[in-house]
Amino acid sequence: MTEIPLEHVLFLSCILFSIGFVGVISRKNTLFMLMSLEVMLNAVGVAFIGAGSAWRQADGQVMFILILTLAAAEVAVGLALFIRMQRRYRSLDIDELNEMRG
Amino acid sequence: MLANFLSVESLFYLAGLVAVIASFKVVTGKNTVHALLYLVVSLLAVAVCFYLMGAPFAAGLEVIVYAGAILVLFVFAVMMFGLTTDETKYAPQSKGLSFWVGPIILAMTLLAELLWVIDNAQLQQQLTANVVSAKQVGMLLYGPYLLAVEIASFLLLAGLLAGYHYAKPESRGTHL
Repeated sequence: MTEIPLEHVLFLSCILFSIGFVGVISRKNTLFMLMSLEVMLNAVGVAFIGAGSAWRQADGQVMFILILTLAAAEVAVGLALFIRMQRRYRSLDIDELNEMRG
Repeated sequence: MLANFLSVESLFYLAGLVAVIASFKVVTGKNTVHALLYLVVSLLAVAVCFYLMGAPFAAGLEVIVYAGAILVLFVFAVMMFGLTTDETKYAPQSKGLSFWVGPIILAMTLLAELLWVIDNAQLQQQLTANVVSAKQVGMLLYGPYLLAVEIASFLLLAGLLAGYHYAKPESRGTHL
């Protein structure tokens, strides 16, 4: 029985994280930025589960559950803010927010 | 020979490849709903990766919470935005069922992988040998990590309150 090597799991995690990061940086639509953030959080979850299974410890899955709750709260707040933004600016473009004054 | 070729490792790499492709399509997508479809596929592929890494509990949570709850939240929000006005204008016109094809192929790959693993007794034996069960996770979660669970519950409460407050219809004369 050959397990999946930890390096390959971390490699996959790095690739997914980079894809999400590039999405957050390069997209202008805030909804796509939120989706890319989800991809990034997911990549972190892959790293935690991989490490947990490499050492046969349950700590990785505990951390994954905490990440899951974080993602749920983040998506709820983010989407509510986007609904507010859509109502006020009639657009989801992040550049609409460049004239925010206190 | 097929059994040698389709070991746990190569199945993991295949699922990882599906996840990478689907994530890439999410980031580069033009249409929001199509990107959401690919996001579901990406999360399901990651769930298959978790299952193959010996964490079936985390895989179930991924499917239920991420692909179930959070994505439904996304879909409802997209429906509220009414994106026919600004987003789909730039997307190519719908060509029948063609935008289904990509997510369907990726999801079918994942389904075939899962069926192959469930059907194959040798792979099952390998997978159950190094599984971290839900019981261990629960004992750890409500033992040493109890404070983290409480903090997570506060975080969810804060998310609930903030979601309610921000999505409320804006009354006259008040600002954010």
